[in-house]
Amino acid sequence: MKRSGKRVIPGFGLSMGVTLTMVSLIVVIPLASLVVFTAKLSPKDIWETITRERVLASFQVSFLTAFIASLINAVMGVILAWVLVRYDFPLKRLLDGLIELPFAMPTAVAGIALTSLTSDKGLIGKFFSRFGIKIAYTRIGITVALVFIGIPFVVRAVQPVLEKLDPSYEEAAGSMGASRARIFRSVILPEILPAAMTGFGLAFGRCLGEYGSVVFIAGNKPFETEITPLIIMSELQEYDYASASAISLVILAAAFLILFFVNLIQSRNSKILGR
Amino acid sequence: MKKSDSGIAKYLLIGISFLFIILMLILPLITVITEAFRNGWEAYKEAVSDEYTVKATLLTLEATFFAVLFNTIFGLFAAWAVTKFRFRGKKILTTLIDIPVTLSPIIAGLIFVLTFGRQSAIYPYLKQWDIDIVFAVPGIVLATIFVTFPFISRELIPVLETQGTDEEEAAALMGEKWFGIFRKVTFPHIKWAFLYGIVLCTARAMGEFGAVSVLSGHLRGKTNTLPLHVEILFNEFKYVPAFAVSSILVLIAIVILVIRSIIEYIGKRNGEDVR
Repeated sequence: MKRSGKRVIPGFGLSMGVTLTMVSLIVVIPLASLVVFTAKLSPKDIWETITRERVLASFQVSFLTAFIASLINAVMGVILAWVLVRYDFPLKRLLDGLIELPFAMPTAVAGIALTSLTSDKGLIGKFFSRFGIKIAYTRIGITVALVFIGIPFVVRAVQPVLEKLDPSYEEAAGSMGASRARIFRSVILPEILPAAMTGFGLAFGRCLGEYGSVVFIAGNKPFETEITPLIIMSELQEYDYASASAISLVILAAAFLILFFVNLIQSRNSKILGR
Repeated sequence: MKKSDSGIAKYLLIGISFLFIILMLILPLITVITEAFRNGWEAYKEAVSDEYTVKATLLTLEATFFAVLFNTIFGLFAAWAVTKFRFRGKKILTTLIDIPVTLSPIIAGLIFVLTFGRQSAIYPYLKQWDIDIVFAVPGIVLATIFVTFPFISRELIPVLETQGTDEEEAAALMGEKWFGIFRKVTFPHIKWAFLYGIVLCTARAMGEFGAVSVLSGHLRGKTNTLPLHVEILFNEFKYVPAFAVSSILVLIAIVILVIRSIIEYIGKRNGEDVR
């Protein structure tokens, strides 16, 4: 826009008015009520709530399972994106469409389906129980549910970068005698790493707060398979809003920290790509 | 694209991708269907036409309708305001718009309980006017609007940003009013992205579990949505009905995925970059 300062296009007041009203009603006021409510709590109470042993154990479960699940998705996401961008094969469109399934499928449905699959009687659970591995009602089960939830994030972050990546660099490296592993490590990986990390961060953030798909498969044993969102939920059911808010603050802080890093990576990445 | 790719690596990677997708996405889908029909067609029909299932379906449709309606109005105005004008605090506004998707659904529920629940400052006034929000239908609708809040605007904003403001400015200088500019100049650019956003919004709205769960109070036949109904049935060990009800949601999810692919395909062919 060259004529900054003066607005040529009409409708600024109206569109801003509607936007701000709706944002205030849906986002700002509810968030403010959380701020107001937690401001009334004493720091000592908050600290005591979030350092209860059961709560600390839930942080461990939530962060560990979310981290491992996102790591698995980072690796699988890069492989899937690579396969979808670089290769042609039958059923490719179907595979591409299915990636989005975790976004479209209600989390509760995914939760009960995965639970029934991985319990001792389920198809996958039966197979693994022969080796003495239990999936449903353990931390492995939680991780499985979180992998399901996180699949689209890394694929959809890496895919556009791979599509833009000029294969001539790889060809040049190849003609200079670089091995395929070397090409991947020093030509392709540096290009897609920021995108993969962005996807990892988004998936990690989503997994930390995930509730619907996890509650069924987790078994919800205190200290072992109880995730933090579930603890918040039980505090809410007991009308203990102070504890629920205090524990939420930790999850919120983690989520914003992750978002901050994702934005940092993204802004650096977009500078490199010149977008 | 790359002819030099050795066969083994290619087929190994494609194989891994298919194995992963079959295990993580297709098997759960199949499980829902097979479990739903485990006791035959009659049992399925009975579960799906059960009084509470029908009521839950209606409530889910109601919440989804309001969420899509609200977020459509918001999305159009917000995208117009953010991309066609320069103003201070734009970054803050776009961050606020995006907050709902980064929040854990449980925390989303919590902030609405804090805003409208018993300990809230406005609760006495709500009581006076006989307005129930928490543990009632308005709360469910609000939670659904919240979790899908940016779904339409964030599809429109990138498209409008690349389109620029020149065409609108030209139309404005020729004396066109804002609505005329929007209808004749802006909207043709975003129609596919707009449809795409509506589809995504619908998918998420009907499947929302965590936030709705906090605000619902689980009153059967009154404040139960389909995903909540699935939870209740599953926790009562009524597996076949739980999966039968799930199959409704899965069916909608698949339809949505197909529509999504079609829109993406047409949009790309028409030169509009959806996604």
